[in-house]
Order: sequence, then structure tokens, then C-alpha cells
Amino acid sequence: MAEQAVKKKKKTKPPVTESLLAPGHRACAGCGEALGAKLVMDAAGPNTYVTTCTGCLEVFSTPYPESAWKMPWIHSLFENSSAVAAGIEAALIAQGRDKDVNIIAQGGDGGTADIGIGCLSGMLERGHNILYVCYDNEAYMNTGVQRSGLTPFDARTSTTPVGKRSMGNQTNKKNLPEIAAAHGIPYSATATVGYPNDVIRKVQKALKIKGPKFLQIHVPCPLGWIHPTDQTIEVAKLAVLTGLIPIFEMEDGKLTRVRKIGKNRKPVEEYLKAQGRFRHLFKGTPEAEAELEKVRQIAEANIEKYGLA
Amino acid sequence: MAIPKGTIVEPGSSKKNKTGSWRTERPVFKHDTCTDCRICVLICPDGIIFGSDHVYDADFDYCKGCGMCATECPVDDIDMVPEVK
Repeated sequence: MAEQAVKKKKKTKPPVTESLLAPGHRACAGCGEALGAKLVMDAAGPNTYVTTCTGCLEVFSTPYPESAWKMPWIHSLFENSSAVAAGIEAALIAQGRDKDVNIIAQGGDGGTADIGIGCLSGMLERGHNILYVCYDNEAYMNTGVQRSGLTPFDARTSTTPVGKRSMGNQTNKKNLPEIAAAHGIPYSATATVGYPNDVIRKVQKALKIKGPKFLQIHVPCPLGWIHPTDQTIEVAKLAVLTGLIPIFEMEDGKLTRVRKIGKNRKPVEEYLKAQGRFRHLFKGTPEAEAELEKVRQIAEANIEKYGLA
Repeated sequence: MAIPKGTIVEPGSSKKNKTGSWRTERPVFKHDTCTDCRICVLICPDGIIFGSDHVYDADFDYCKGCGMCATECPVDDIDMVPEVK
């Protein structure tokens, strides 16, 4: 017994302190984006300037006159989170205060892949020392689940409804991390809240690199994806294990690291069945079966392209 | 409610808003088989699980009752029970 007590004492870690994203924000229960933002902020530390464009993240974290952020934070327009961050960097350099501070620009998938891609491209091209974090919940969740450029194939959204003549969204996800990497930036990566330690590691690694960095975090949305609130992490993990969301790092335009699936590979049906937005694929009709086969091919193509097996 | 001038607000002031009333189920930390892995602390989307040394608990002023901690606990030391009076 005494030995056990000694062993326990050795393992003692410092008490848990409060996160840099304060509680009391209005994110739904089980929100993957709130978890992602919390992980990124705690990994970056308090010496960080943050910009966030319009979207779920901005709306739930700062209902006027309150703010959940414990660091300097600014709300930009929908399209210019990266441009505002570039301005902050320029101002800090002009004042000589750019040492030992991090600048993080954030946006959702709509604010990054659709509306803000022009400003993002400009920021990456001009070479600012900024980390851009895209929280990818695969639709415009803030305004009621409209499709975005990062909505996956066959997903049901309010602008790609399912019916006799439609099987949901008929376009593929935009490959944003590779578009970012094509700018020749030093670091571009994907991560998922299903593997929280991976998010922390990637944020800390990115912040040590000088120059523009891009990180896309896959964050489940219980409301838009229609799954129980306690399944957020499980759904995020399944997305990776089925091969539909490849997790990789690109440095100077070259693929340097991938999260292998190997023997743990799961059939895509497991991921799709966990969510209500893919329910129409399991009607058992020939059309639904044909669509399922297309999703399987997407997973197969990902596994081959990034060498996940 | 006093509204500050301009649009600059106090950092972390969302704590004024107690989201605990949203909860329909509450996590019960049994403090039985806990291995001090801190997965629950890491994955709580609201960051409101505190404690140290094998004893952790949620701050029920803010806990929304999503149940992620109970699902992810590798040793099943957290139960979700309905919030009833």
C-alpha cells in the first residue's frame, strides 16, 4: 500500500489551470470547433494576437459585450482575417514589438476556402510570419448548414438537399492544404480534434517556424453533421481511419509526414452511418449503392495518394 | 448591464454567462479507477474539468453535459446521469 502511494505521488502533475478560451461561450454542447480553438490557444500561449473572421467561432465566443478570449483578439470581416493579421504583424514590426509574440489568424471553412481565399493567398504570398488556422466543419454552420467549398461528397446540407433527384453535395472537398503549400510556404498541415495531442504538437511546431504557416483542423459539428454530442471525438477519429480525411504535414511544398492508418483501416460505412447527413446513402436502392461506391473510391484515392496504408 | 464604450470588451468576460443551465445530463466522476491520464481535461470543449492527483471534477456552473468526457474515458470512471429533481 505504501509503495503504491509513493508510486502515485511520483506521477502527480501540476493542477489543471483555466484554458485561454474562457468557459461561458455559447458553443453547442459537444462542439468540435470550441475544442479545436481551446487546443490551439493553449498550445500557443498568452503571448498571441488572434484574428477571427465571421463564423461560428466568432459568434459563439464573443456575444457583445462579452469575450471568451483571454488574449488580444479582433473580429475581422468574413473575407479578411488573414489581411487583418498581416496588418497586425506590420504594426508590431513598426513598433519593434514583434519579438516573442505569435500571430494567429483563424477562420471557418467558409471564411477560408470560399470567401477569404483571396486574402489568404495574399498573406501566404507576401510571406508574413503568421499561422493561419482553418477550422473545417464542412459547411456554413453559423447560418444554418449551407454547403461550402469544403463540404464532402454526398453530404446533405440545406443548399444541397436530398430527394428524388439529388443525393446531396456533388462536389469534392477543395484540397486547401495543398493549395496553401503551392504558395511555397514553409509549413502546411492538416489535423483533427480526434487526435488532440497532434493538434497541440502541430501548432507548437508551426509557431517555431518563421514565415506563413497553414493548419487545417477537422472539427465535427453535432448539429450540422447530426450525431450525438458525445460522439464528436469518435466521429473525428473515424474520418481519419476510413481514409476520407488524410492527416499530413507538408514542408516547403513537399509531403514530409502522414498519419498512417495501416491495419486500423475501417470501411467508409462506419463513418457515414455515424452521421445523419449521410443517412440517404443507406436506403438500399441501387442509386444509393452507386453513391456509396463513389465515396469508397474517394477514400481509396486518398490512401493511395498520401500513402496512408 | 453597463455597456463599455467602443467595441473593446474585457478578456474572458464570457464567464459571466453560466451555461450550466443547458445541461440535461451531468457527468459523475466516480474517482474510482482514474489513472490520471487527463484525457477528459484535454478534450472538454469548454475547458472546465479541473483537479489534480487522480481526483477530477467538472465545473457545473458551465458544464453543458455533452458527455464527451464519459465516452472518451478509457477506464470508464465517468457516468452520465439524467439531470432530474
